[in-house]
Amino acid sequence: MKKKRYLGSAFIRLLCGLCASLTAGALALLVGYILLTGVPHLSASLFSPVYTSENVSLLPALFNTLILTLVSLAVAAPLGVGGAIYLAEYAHRQSKLVKAVRLTAETLCGIPSILYGLFGMMVFVLTLRWGYSLLGGGMTLAVMILPLILRTTEEALLSVPDSYREGSFGLGAGKLRTVVRIVLPSAKGGIAAGLILSIGRVVGETAALIYTAGTVADFPDGLMASGRTLAVHMYVLSGEGLHVGEASATAVTLLAIVAGMNALSALLIQKSAKGENHGKNHR
Amino acid sequence: MRVQWKEKAMRCVFGAAACACILAVLLICFFLFANGLPFFEQVPVLDFLSGEVWRPSSGQFGILPMILGSVYVTAGALILGAPLGILTAVYLARFCSKRMYAVLKPAISLLAGIPSVVYGFFGLTVIVPAVRETLGGFGSSMLAASLLLALMILPTVVLQAEAALRAVPENYYEGSLALGATREASVFRTVVPAAKSGLLAAVILALGRAVGETMAVMMVAGNQARMPSGLLSGIRTLTVNIVMEMGYATDLHRQALMATGVALFVFILLINLLFSALKQKGVKP
Repeated sequence: MKKKRYLGSAFIRLLCGLCASLTAGALALLVGYILLTGVPHLSASLFSPVYTSENVSLLPALFNTLILTLVSLAVAAPLGVGGAIYLAEYAHRQSKLVKAVRLTAETLCGIPSILYGLFGMMVFVLTLRWGYSLLGGGMTLAVMILPLILRTTEEALLSVPDSYREGSFGLGAGKLRTVVRIVLPSAKGGIAAGLILSIGRVVGETAALIYTAGTVADFPDGLMASGRTLAVHMYVLSGEGLHVGEASATAVTLLAIVAGMNALSALLIQKSAKGENHGKNHR
Repeated sequence: MRVQWKEKAMRCVFGAAACACILAVLLICFFLFANGLPFFEQVPVLDFLSGEVWRPSSGQFGILPMILGSVYVTAGALILGAPLGILTAVYLARFCSKRMYAVLKPAISLLAGIPSVVYGFFGLTVIVPAVRETLGGFGSSMLAASLLLALMILPTVVLQAEAALRAVPENYYEGSLALGATREASVFRTVVPAAKSGLLAAVILALGRAVGETMAVMMVAGNQARMPSGLLSGIRTLTVNIVMEMGYATDLHRQALMATGVALFVFILLINLLFSALKQKGVKP
């Protein structure tokens, strides 16, 4: 009887370990496959400044990704950070506005990217008549990353100890000065982590961009020109089936950028958490 | 006096920024419904939702095949991914050594950040040929899509479920140990049941991800707009329906795609509602 019970326990533990190793194995397979097939295809010609249909250089796509990231951050970062400041520093926790913002931010988080694409197409491409443009794509993605920036910034602000604020008020500073001079600098690591996380999201996005920023493969003439990002470039290449090697090399580039961004973001969060403990020890 | 004015102005600016999310949701609702609903003046809602034939060129707009496609693929992904993810989370939260954890946790977080085109590429070049060679058929199928989606939702399930398990008070576990139960029994008889609604919320969140996934599914599902007829047959989901035909659709066809977007939006809103209801329940047991 007793033996049977222990056998059952051992079995369950084994099952959990097995599942974990299956998960880890799947990840290793995915990353390993992408690296093994992609790295041999990384070549200098892939980064050549001239795009031709024979040499599908990914440099224009890389440039477009950068532009699109800047546009979407320029729109979403002030709104997200400003909104988070309001939620964390000004508003009453239980007020109706805060509840409405929470609810809508959660809703935005759950909306699939293809619906953002549809929305962006209807607003920027058709209603405002911008056509397929980097600006339209950037605005669409700005709406998409807004809730992410809002939430991460709010968390960063809330983790600043109240004693900092009280100290600042005690020295005679107003609310605004306290927020700008004391709270924001203390929370800058967490805020930066959120912004970097949203860059990762922008870099990896495809479905929201196909019908907003379009798929032109060359360098753009300006913000109103169409251009494909790295992820869209990769999608088009793997769909055509003519440049599978280049597609896998693009996958490696994409994976490296996104993984780098995520690692940087995690590092910043870890660092700011450590700094916070440090502050607490001092008190 | 001037300082007072500045304080008030900035308060308003921050408040306005906070309203951006509300404005965004209102705009999305307005544009989706304004563009999608006129379609129902020409085709009744019920015919649209229950029609089995999607043939835009001859004016037949039934999205039942796509609804079923989304449901089947998502169900397949959850059947494969949810138990695996939850058991992995149990392992991470309760059974694994610190050193193991330091390797596994970042790896799973990395898995969560990989773009869906990269998953799609993996599916296209590994999963689809594997299905074709072992089971026959074209390879691009419901099974391939379910396998790929299971892999994609795995990190979501694991990370959320682990957080739910860690939120259970430690004394539940200790109490069970003190009563003589083994560690494993304590985990599965006390900790897991206590985290039930959090675990369910993790699965629902993954469900939303799976229903909304577009590019990766499009690359492996075959995308035939017909009623699903088996694990190895190609299918098309709601999301894929929009992204495949939007490029060339005009007039009524375009409106039908917008209406597909509305249907997808309503499904996602229902899933979100379920998710936040469960999350609230998890907060106060």
